[in-house]
Amino acid sequence: MIEIEGITKRYGETTVVRDVSLTIAPRTVTVIVGTSGSGKTTLLRMINRLVEPTSGKIRLDGEDNRSLPGYELRRRIGYAIQGHGLFPHRTVAQNIATVPTLLGWDRARIDAKVAELLTLFQLDPAAFGPRYPHELSGGQQQRVGVARALAAEPKVLLMDEPFGALDPIIRAKAQDDLLAIQKHFETTIVLVTHDMEEAFHLADRIAVMDKGEVVQYATPAEMLVKPATGFVESLIGAGERPFRLLAIEAVASAVEPGTAEGEAISSAASQREALSTLLWSGRKALPVVGPDGVLLGKVSLDGLAQRAAGRS
Amino acid sequence: MQLRVDKLGVIIAALAAYGAFLAPFATFRANRIVAGEARSISEALPPVWAAIILLFVIAAAIVAVLKTPSSLRLAIAFSTLAALALGIGAAAGHLTPPENSYARVSPASGFWVLLFALGLLAADALTRLRPSPLVRVLFLCGVLGFIAAVLMSGTWDGLSLLKEYAGRADTFWAEAGKHVMLALGSLAAATIIGIPVGVLCHRVTRLRDGLLGVLNAIQTIPSIALFGILIAPLGWIAIHVPGAAAIGIRGIGAAPAFVALFLYSLLPVVANTVVGLAGVPREANDAARGIGMTDFQRLAGIEFPLAFPVILTGIRIVLVQNIGLATIAALIGGGGFGVFVFQGVGQTAMDLVLLGAVPTVVLAFTAAIVLDALIEMATPNRNQVQSA
Ligand SMILES: Nc1ncnc2c1ncn2[C@@H]1O[C@H](COP(=O)(O)OP(=O)(O)O)[C@@H](O)[C@H]1O
Ligand SMILES: [Mg+2]
Repeated sequence: MIEIEGITKRYGETTVVRDVSLTIAPRTVTVIVGTSGSGKTTLLRMINRLVEPTSGKIRLDGEDNRSLPGYELRRRIGYAIQGHGLFPHRTVAQNIATVPTLLGWDRARIDAKVAELLTLFQLDPAAFGPRYPHELSGGQQQRVGVARALAAEPKVLLMDEPFGALDPIIRAKAQDDLLAIQKHFETTIVLVTHDMEEAFHLADRIAVMDKGEVVQYATPAEMLVKPATGFVESLIGAGERPFRLLAIEAVASAVEPGTAEGEAISSAASQREALSTLLWSGRKALPVVGPDGVLLGKVSLDGLAQRAAGRS
Repeated sequence: MQLRVDKLGVIIAALAAYGAFLAPFATFRANRIVAGEARSISEALPPVWAAIILLFVIAAAIVAVLKTPSSLRLAIAFSTLAALALGIGAAAGHLTPPENSYARVSPASGFWVLLFALGLLAADALTRLRPSPLVRVLFLCGVLGFIAAVLMSGTWDGLSLLKEYAGRADTFWAEAGKHVMLALGSLAAATIIGIPVGVLCHRVTRLRDGLLGVLNAIQTIPSIALFGILIAPLGWIAIHVPGAAAIGIRGIGAAPAFVALFLYSLLPVVANTVVGLAGVPREANDAARGIGMTDFQRLAGIEFPLAFPVILTGIRIVLVQNIGLATIAALIGGGGFGVFVFQGVGQTAMDLVLLGAVPTVVLAFTAAIVLDALIEMATPNRNQVQSA
């Protein structure tokens, strides 16, 4: 649990973050979005005290984050940034081992952890461990960057535009991998991005920042149905709303009784995928099957249209 | 096979032809100071030796002119250089009348031109072969070893340069020691002081501009003037600071030379430290802080290793510069190879000048090659991509 209470950061005369209060539940993904210069990075960096707030308080699991030296605090909190920030003169294995080494873990435990993380990120430890960062592709570097952030098993992981340098296909894969890893380690993730698509894809809750203030802090669905300000509405993009709404819900919650003709869709797929299939195949309804292949019912064009309008 | 012409090779061959056939190979003088008489290769050497040398030179010229494999060019360049080195020794024996210890034989312009032409051929071939740093150092050791062997064997004992040495063997090594001490000692002091100062400059921006400005200004002071400027304060320290005179601090002598070399060395070391640290990727630094390194851990573990090749480049500049500059120290009684150079100039004895100059050049050359190799080994090749 991260409790941010009345945090303000000023540089001279300019207030970069103004009186922000947020409570971030454990084991969730919170995404901070906003235009460039709105103070997202500054807010994130106050959590691990790379930036010291001018006023306000941040508690991690009830404990003030100023109760131990900054560098010790940061060893307990994962940190991954855009462009990965890997150390070019150290191998992949050495990079990942950085924090465990600082914490004085023994060799065997470090080696085991490095191998575990590389395997988890689909990189063969024997092949990739001894390589240098410049010998990896952009996507691989980014994965190693996240693996390094997770090496000491932090409960909290801070990420500043971690996928910003990746091309769209690799980025989508990296986002899915991140969600899988988050489930695996039950990490609390706070992630900064300016990409709304990414925010809706990853977030349990989204905090929208505008000129240093958090103007709305809500679940993606709430935000789509009831944007707090015109700024939030424009950020979501008026034309995208129905599709985003369908994109964040699974077919499972739109199942109606009855059956339909043709190829079935999985209940785990998003409602947006269902709509897309309906439109492309020219049908009015699709049969829905559960994970075990059992027929659950149907999903219809009319039903989805209702939901897309926020009336479900 | 089609024969094609190498452009640099044509120049090398022309130089070699001039050096072998038109310019004199050796100079003979009846004693140390009289004007010399020029001798061509055929006059300076017994017929067999002259034939061997000319054959080598002609072969080298042909190999140079045609487009030939670099390894062949290197081999012929080195073997011709070796033949020349032994030949000039033979010339001394051939030209010096028996039982005559006043006569002097020294290499003349033709010899030096040949040396230059073949050196060029060797350097060009080496550049094209792109040997690894280690191989370059091994090459250097080979060449130095060859020179040492020739010196030990007594082949060159008849040359006037070696006769100058024979009369001064003791002082030669004493001055050599002082020279190396001045060059290396001031470098060591500049490194020990300069790197921390560079780190400080990197962290404190305001300090950086001021300090680099001052060091820059010092670099522009001519060396003689700097020695002069230092005489007064060091003289004052010698008189007024207890114990200073006892450890050798005086207005003239080695102390001001050391201090001047140290001051000249500071700028390259400090500036390169600053540039090296500034070149550390911002993301790497940010990540290092973000995952919990202390300032010192970040400096020692990330910034310094990444800046190291650039700092080493500064040290290389300083070392080569100091080996040359230390020659001037002799002017204010600081010792070093400059002693022979200035004595030689005073007595118009060219051989004595060379006794000081040649070891200085060899030393600087050696330092440059060794440090270049170290720099290359310390610089990771970030463009080289390993095949998966
Ligand atoms: N160290 C600093 N000194 C002065 N101004 C800063 C500093 N860091 C950030 N700022 C300013 O604060 C504002 C917010 O920056 P940032 O938090 O990086 O925004 P975002 O991440 O949303 O793009 C920007 O206008 C930026 O110029
Ligand atoms: Mg930012």
